[in-house]
Amino acid sequence: MAFADKTGEGRGRVSLPNWLRRTLVTLGSIAVTMLGLLFVTFIIGRVMPIDPVLAIVGERASQETYDQVYRELGLDQPLLVQFAYYLWDVVRGDFGMSLLNARPVAEDIARVFPATLELATLGTIIGVVLGVPLGVVAAVRRGSWIDQIARVVALVGYSMPIFWLGLMGLLVFYGILGWVSGPGRLDIFYQDIVPTRTGMILIDSALAGNWSVFGNAFSHIVLPASLLGYYSLAYISRMTRSFMLEQLSSEYVTTARVKGLSERAVIWGHAFKNIRVQLLTVIVLSYANLLEGSVLTEIVFSWPGIGSYITTALLSADMNAVLGGTVVVGLIFICLNILSDLLYRVLDPRSK
Amino acid sequence: MNTLNRLLTGAAVGLAIAVSSVTMTVAETPPNMLVIANRIDDITTLDPAESFEFAGSDVSRNVYQKLINFDPMNLDAGYQPEIAESWTVSDDGRTITFTIREGLTFHSGNPVTAEDVEFSLRRAVILNKTPAFILTQFGFTEENVEETIVAEGNTVRITTDKPYATSFVLNCLTSTIGGIVDMETVMANEVDGDMGNAWLRTNSAGSGAYSLVSWRPNESVTLQANPNFYLGAPAMERVIVRHVQESASQRLLLERGDIDMARNLNPEDIAGAREAEGIKIHDELRGRLMYLAFNQKHPELSKPEVRQAMKYLVDYQGMQDSFLSGQYTIHQNFLPRTFLGAVDENPFSLNIEKAKELLAAAGVPEGLTIEAGVREAQERIEIAQTFQNALSQVGIQLDITVGTAKQILGRYRARELDVYIGAWGPDYPDPHTNAGTFAYNPDNSDEANATGLLAWRNSWDTGGLTEMTDAAVVENDTDARVKMYADIQSQFRDTSPFVVMFQKIEQAAMQENIQNVNLGGATTAVTYWVITK
Repeated sequence: MAFADKTGEGRGRVSLPNWLRRTLVTLGSIAVTMLGLLFVTFIIGRVMPIDPVLAIVGERASQETYDQVYRELGLDQPLLVQFAYYLWDVVRGDFGMSLLNARPVAEDIARVFPATLELATLGTIIGVVLGVPLGVVAAVRRGSWIDQIARVVALVGYSMPIFWLGLMGLLVFYGILGWVSGPGRLDIFYQDIVPTRTGMILIDSALAGNWSVFGNAFSHIVLPASLLGYYSLAYISRMTRSFMLEQLSSEYVTTARVKGLSERAVIWGHAFKNIRVQLLTVIVLSYANLLEGSVLTEIVFSWPGIGSYITTALLSADMNAVLGGTVVVGLIFICLNILSDLLYRVLDPRSK
Repeated sequence: MNTLNRLLTGAAVGLAIAVSSVTMTVAETPPNMLVIANRIDDITTLDPAESFEFAGSDVSRNVYQKLINFDPMNLDAGYQPEIAESWTVSDDGRTITFTIREGLTFHSGNPVTAEDVEFSLRRAVILNKTPAFILTQFGFTEENVEETIVAEGNTVRITTDKPYATSFVLNCLTSTIGGIVDMETVMANEVDGDMGNAWLRTNSAGSGAYSLVSWRPNESVTLQANPNFYLGAPAMERVIVRHVQESASQRLLLERGDIDMARNLNPEDIAGAREAEGIKIHDELRGRLMYLAFNQKHPELSKPEVRQAMKYLVDYQGMQDSFLSGQYTIHQNFLPRTFLGAVDENPFSLNIEKAKELLAAAGVPEGLTIEAGVREAQERIEIAQTFQNALSQVGIQLDITVGTAKQILGRYRARELDVYIGAWGPDYPDPHTNAGTFAYNPDNSDEANATGLLAWRNSWDTGGLTEMTDAAVVENDTDARVKMYADIQSQFRDTSPFVVMFQKIEQAAMQENIQNVNLGGATTAVTYWVITK
């Protein structure tokens, strides 16, 4: 019988150890996802109404110059050939030269990425430190005033344009109150004082033991990071609340309460313990979102990160930079997703 | 979303005005340092042989000296000696011999010699980057530079293919591409025969008032004063230009005292900054023009009366007083004010009745529909809509297509658009730059493919202006030359399918203690070495 034959074949194969099979599947899915990402960004780059040739030669160039640059960029080749060249370059870690500043795109990204990383990390920390307790309390005191406040906080976070909130924050805390420093990562007087090691100024200045630079960098980052933190808080607190509600309504919590455990032990010792894994996934995803989605924040705060890098590149038709930036952001997103997946497997006993 | 953001930003700025005057505590930048907020994301290279963008020209103007240059404190005087102490013109008008000033040095300490000048000009021709046409239009080619650009002792001799007006040649030498580089330093950094191009994109080798400390794309440009500058060490020892995209952010930085000058405030923020204590606004005419153009392949648009009618269908005053407030001024001629040969005659104003008569005389059918292409920039779209409104009153429907540079410029260059609404800036500070694009079209056939000429893009046979432009560019009597451009512009106003509407006014907001600011007018770029505070 057909079915029997198939099972028979299966039995005959050398079975790989479970962990190896899983690793191979994971690596395979990374490769396929990356290939898809590269292909889509490449196609988008080619069909977009942006003319990289015009960006190089300018509006006034003659047709001959235009045609020459067109050929130099390989745009006269078939699309698949262009894609093959592109893939080969990317595999070797070469994103080409930026059309605009004639530097390798990979170097540019290495320069701007730490700025975004620093901002998004601080933003996520703020979001977690405030969002998780807020979500837990909102769930425990469901319907109370604190739950209402949490709801409003989240609603505002979801609906207010980050661009406007950023400008308002600048206006109030920098313009009027003068509590924090303005746009940029450092005051001009503090620039180029500490050596660049990680590209993250807070860490670099701490490593150099230069606390006045650290303080200045902190007063610059605290506002945009709080803003991003607020958006991540809005998301994290809502998710925490719903995870907690689910746990609190389950039977084991009732049992624990009946057993006479203190409310504190029930909430933090039992219910919260059970949502940690889910929560970790949410936090990792929120982190990924901040890493890729802080474009407007970076523009409002003149923050030279990868978001504003890709935007500027896009507006000036610097396709190498756009593709390079997109691939890097995509890679990070994929890695963080896989990380959260792995954490889930490792930490959640049920998934074994 | 965009409109919402604009509204919300407006509200934020309004609030700032309401509360800022009482509560703001103002910081101060150091007395020997100039800090400017500007949009500098247009910089692609700082090599003078290649740089062709506004923010890049700003850097170049301060870092590199040229054979001749403008005096920032007296732009009207025209070009003045700089590296060249003096010059003579041969009898046949084709050869100019420059005598090099003694005692000038590059930032490296090397003396500025005739060989450096020869090298720099030859290099610009050989590299043949985008702005090279400013030099190659005199007949210089890679093959002939050894004969046409020659150093001898302390002189440099350049020989053009025709006897052009000396003022034309000299004006061109004041543009960015005329910057003189330090041959020894540049060639020490040569890679693969690129004549130091890759290195000079991000480094400087000049003899100007400032040297380049660093350029971080989309972040900042830092300049350091040259203590040995031949006019004396500049008062501002360091100049830092910070890239700040948002007008509102620039204004906050300015009002907080964290910067000395903000260069990209929109009309609302200019109005707000004007109210703030300790801030002043500097207005300066720049070279950029806004214009409408009508494709002469269109059977209706090519009628002389229709071309005339269009000039009466633009609400010049209304636009100047509303959304262009303070940032553009009415100007109906292709030479920007302050240019040699510029005229100040603006005979047209919105006149629906007159336009109706002209259109009736031309027999334009009721309900005619034409298409206008606009690039996605707020003020251009608003101009298009205002024009659309006026046209609807004479029974013409204007369909507006908004698009990116690729879409709109591509069709414009292919002579496919009925109407183009756009902007044009002079390439070099000589009247020929705009005369040569607006009023010059030696071959109007499709095969000529002269996409660089605006007259060609609109399929306009200039009716004799091409020959007049050719004559003006070789006229050596400057007064006669001025008169010739006045005549060309007079005929152009009447007959051309172009409606030149506005000239740019740049408004820079700055701390009150900043003195001697000069943004370069219509002819050149900003100068920092005269600034004090």
